[in-house]
Amino acid sequence: MNPFTYSRPTDVPAAVQDVATHAEAKFIAGGTNLLDLMKENVMKPHHLVDISRLALNKIEENGKGGLRLGALVTNAATAYHPEVEKRYPLLSKAILAGASPQLRNMATDGGNLLQRTRCYYFYDVATPCNKREPGSGCSAIKGYNRIHAILGASEQCIATHPSDMCIALAALNATVLVTSKRGDRSIPFAEFHRLPGDTPQLDNTLEPDEIITAIDLPEKGFAENHTYLKIRDRASYAFALVSVAAALELEGNTIREARIALGGVAHKPWRNEAAEASLAGKPATKENFQQVAGMIISGAKGYEHNQFKIELAKRAIVRALSQAAKLI
Amino acid sequence: MSNTVQEKTTLAAQPLAEPLPVHLRINGEDHRLQLRPWVSLLDALREYIGYTGTKKGCDHGQCGACTVLVDGVRINACMTLAVMRDGQEITTIEGLANGDKLHPLQAAFVEHDAFQCGYCTPGQICSAVGLIKEGRAKTRDDIRELMSGNICRCGAYTNIVDAIESVTGGTI
Repeated sequence: MNPFTYSRPTDVPAAVQDVATHAEAKFIAGGTNLLDLMKENVMKPHHLVDISRLALNKIEENGKGGLRLGALVTNAATAYHPEVEKRYPLLSKAILAGASPQLRNMATDGGNLLQRTRCYYFYDVATPCNKREPGSGCSAIKGYNRIHAILGASEQCIATHPSDMCIALAALNATVLVTSKRGDRSIPFAEFHRLPGDTPQLDNTLEPDEIITAIDLPEKGFAENHTYLKIRDRASYAFALVSVAAALELEGNTIREARIALGGVAHKPWRNEAAEASLAGKPATKENFQQVAGMIISGAKGYEHNQFKIELAKRAIVRALSQAAKLI
Repeated sequence: MSNTVQEKTTLAAQPLAEPLPVHLRINGEDHRLQLRPWVSLLDALREYIGYTGTKKGCDHGQCGACTVLVDGVRINACMTLAVMRDGQEITTIEGLANGDKLHPLQAAFVEHDAFQCGYCTPGQICSAVGLIKEGRAKTRDDIRELMSGNICRCGAYTNIVDAIESVTGGTI
């Protein structure tokens, strides 16, 4: 780990001031990803601004019928919060599908959004990686790419976003609230993370001097009909090869609204709203779910070692929707 | 850095060479240390204070050997900076027994032969203490899932689950 200086501001204005005044400064909260990357010399901040004690640690009503998750609420406290369990069980289940109890006790909701990819080459500083060192090349495209993207990748980067929580937040149409010295801003979840394109070093649209203060959940939580399906190499404590957050609003057997977000397949939680809209008004049947799965996966491109993900994702979508509709 | 920022922070940025004051309460005893900011809680415990019961396995939050309780909550001591835990209450494996009387989980691990080499055991036991306090494990499968952050390369998992279940009685 490189040497760095440390500060622990006591309020949000001081924290954004602190991160703006120090060169190469980063916020640290749970630290579960940042410290890991620092130990591997993948990230080398010169200064850490410890925000872990700021008063952003509450879950409250947001005045719009939904809940506001403070950025510093831990993943565990969020997943086990009675109102989250009752109104957003999809979110609870997605969080509990990720990491370990110890990590969930440390990791924060804001930090979860900022997790970096688990691409082996991003972690290995001896290999080229456009995300870690722009312009150096992508080792994964012609390397061992079993865990990599099948949707939305670029010639520069085929990394995936590793979060489970974010897949549920994408399906729920959450909003990310951020602030900086320039003022407050709210970012729709779909616009928070980005595709790699020619600038894979940028995981998201947050500016370096901005801090996440909260995540807003809309009123609609799909508590009746939802599934978080995670497919991984072992039964617990592994990143997703493919995951699906499926949420349905049903009237009888007729679909009013469908949300389908995929994890483990792209640089961001993957949604295809046109495909989702095609389910509206149709009966909840396996055939219709197979059709929508085909639409979502139609543009998928596999690499040498991850071709299997294309069929896997298709089947996972059908199974997740079938579970959400209680067909199986 | 401006003076205004200095005033607003409780602990302003220090020059690289300057260690920071860190106060940890470990197993009921106060420890006042001077640590550089990059010292993990795990290294502070083992290298600076001498509590070597907490083990370093992977040092990346993947194996759970370093599990301790901070303010009663189980975390990976390798994935947190000691300076970030200033003022907090840390419980390690050394703090669980009451004098010569083993903690019920320690006794259960002995009773059920829940280890071979024993390297992961302090982390397993501290993790199980946290698990019981969280009150979420109702079945053996729950125990397995909620102990998944603790790896045992000897493969003593069945006996570990037995040991934990014997303490919870299956009704936590």
